[in-house]
Amino acid sequence: MLKYVLKRVGLALVTLLIIVFLLFWLVRVMPGNPFPSERMNDIQIANKRAEMGLDDPVLVQFWRYITRALQGDFGNGTSLYYGVPINTVMSTAIGNSFRIGGIAVLLGTAVGLLLGITAALHRGKFLDGFCTVFSIIGVCVPSYVFLIFLQYNFAFRIPFFPYFFDASRFAFSSVLPSLSLSLFTMSTIARFTRNEMVEVFDSDYVRLAASKGLHGRRLVLRHVLRNALIPIVTVLAPLVVDLLTGALVVEKIYGINGIGKLMVDAITGEGIDYNYVLALGILYSALYIGVMLLVDLLYGVLDPRIRVSAKGEEA
Amino acid sequence: MSESTKAILAVKNLDISFRTNAGVVHAIRGVTFDMEKGETVAIVGESGSGKSVSCKAIMGLLDSNAIVNSGEIWYTYTDENGQTQKVDLLKMPIKQLRQKINGQHIAMVFQDPMTSLDPTMPIGKQIMEGILLHKKTTKEAARARALELLQLVGITDAEKRFKNYPHQLSGGMRQRVVIAIALAADPDVLICDEPTTALDVTIQAKILELIKDIQQKMGLSVIYITHDLGVVAKVADYVDVMYAGKIIEVGNVNEIFYDPKHPYTWGLLSAMPDLETDDDRLYSIPGSPPNLLHEPPGDAFADRNPFALAIDKKAAPPFFRVSPTHIAATWLLHPDAPKIEMPKELQLRLERARKEVEKYL
Repeated sequence: MLKYVLKRVGLALVTLLIIVFLLFWLVRVMPGNPFPSERMNDIQIANKRAEMGLDDPVLVQFWRYITRALQGDFGNGTSLYYGVPINTVMSTAIGNSFRIGGIAVLLGTAVGLLLGITAALHRGKFLDGFCTVFSIIGVCVPSYVFLIFLQYNFAFRIPFFPYFFDASRFAFSSVLPSLSLSLFTMSTIARFTRNEMVEVFDSDYVRLAASKGLHGRRLVLRHVLRNALIPIVTVLAPLVVDLLTGALVVEKIYGINGIGKLMVDAITGEGIDYNYVLALGILYSALYIGVMLLVDLLYGVLDPRIRVSAKGEEA
Repeated sequence: MSESTKAILAVKNLDISFRTNAGVVHAIRGVTFDMEKGETVAIVGESGSGKSVSCKAIMGLLDSNAIVNSGEIWYTYTDENGQTQKVDLLKMPIKQLRQKINGQHIAMVFQDPMTSLDPTMPIGKQIMEGILLHKKTTKEAARARALELLQLVGITDAEKRFKNYPHQLSGGMRQRVVIAIALAADPDVLICDEPTTALDVTIQAKILELIKDIQQKMGLSVIYITHDLGVVAKVADYVDVMYAGKIIEVGNVNEIFYDPKHPYTWGLLSAMPDLETDDDRLYSIPGSPPNLLHEPPGDAFADRNPFALAIDKKAAPPFFRVSPTHIAATWLLHPDAPKIEMPKELQLRLERARKEVEKYL
């Protein structure tokens, strides 16, 4: 098993390196540059380019970038927050995004599972229909529309929650964005859980378990849920990454200084901030690869069939 | 088989419909049969005749769209205080059925061993589950019993296999495990729903031998659901032939195989492959079973029956008694009916089979 894990981690690192290179190259060939052309003349820009090493061959630049990045230095802002180390700005943004996204993940998964299980246990009855309608609405309504709805009702008409994000009252002001972000995850998980469980309920092995005399909660916990969870993990993984990396629009609307907002600003600011685009791109990719790796390993824990075939690979 | 007071299991006038998108399907139209302790009863019939549904009704495993219109399933057993209890399983709340009957009194072996084991649980644990549920024992005792069961069903290396997951076992082995699970809490009645259909022919015989062997060792009563007459001949004491949701002929195994009375049973026996027939083609009963969405008036088999009488289209035949143990529902047995014998070809065949068997006795 250990060999399998190491192999997977190694592959993940190679993938990441390739992605970093592609990102680096794409950012360089992208039209536009880090300098606001209206306020700088050609000579100033040429000087700046030389100073930042942008005239060197791409491979040389890449080598320089990657050696620094490996030491944890992702450079300074070039047009956004000029001269301030990216790490400082990013750590605040990551903190905000992860906390709000994290709450949304927990809320969405917990409520989604609960809704899905409830629907499956009451198949064909009112609760099932209710959960289905809820999850269809949840999947269809974009999170920022739901956020505006929440803002209007619970910040404007009933001024209970803050209208905009306020870092000094973090817990309180993260309720509305977290809630609106969790809606999609909640609905997707609910729908999936319901369908998976209904399928497992219909399976021969659950019938066999019932014929042993198992019933009620014991039957659901031991035989139904465990088997239904395996495919749910697959859908959950990309949803988690999406939430953690910050929803661009929600952060923008609610004025959260998160990485989603940072990404938008880095691209649409006065000049494209190469270093931010790169650093954020790497962060997204690393998270995605990391979570996928985690899911693959988690599969082995949940599904013995996969665990053993992994062992087979090892031999 | 007469109505017996000694019956361990007695199904009376079972009548079940299914709600489907196309309408209500009347799948079971008054099934009555009973069995005594230690007997082996085979229920035979083609797919869709209602064999499985009848047994699922006994186990309380009917799908949620099933409607039980009427019927009783009387089960007689000795409870933990040594009292003889007689209960109607159809009236029993599902929770009570699971706690008191399923597993410890009536257990079931399913058709497909590839799908009937939980893929995420080691097989040993799946066997222990039933023991721990019904017997007041420690985990260690349950484990020891599970190992014993694995050996009983012929799994070598029980200790090692105990921790295996279902996918690590072959089909035949899995079916052995399913049998071990069914036996875990010492049931009195074992329902085998086509236990060998999904297995290789070579394994089939072994599994049948195994069930027979265990039946003798543990004094079980066994119900076989099957469409394989070869299986029936091998294991059954009594045979119930089912067609379109009804039992149409009942008899002991000799009566059904050597002196069948119902044209449908003739058809089934003629459709069995035989090494010595002159005809190259395998006989099959013409037509297909009636669609029970629209129940046919009269005898459901009339349309496919070359010997059908005019009355078959109008009224369903009652049972006529042939011998104390042999009854058949066909108008051909009515005193006023014309004398019609089974087809010559089948007669010769059965005669041949009888001589073949006598050679070995």
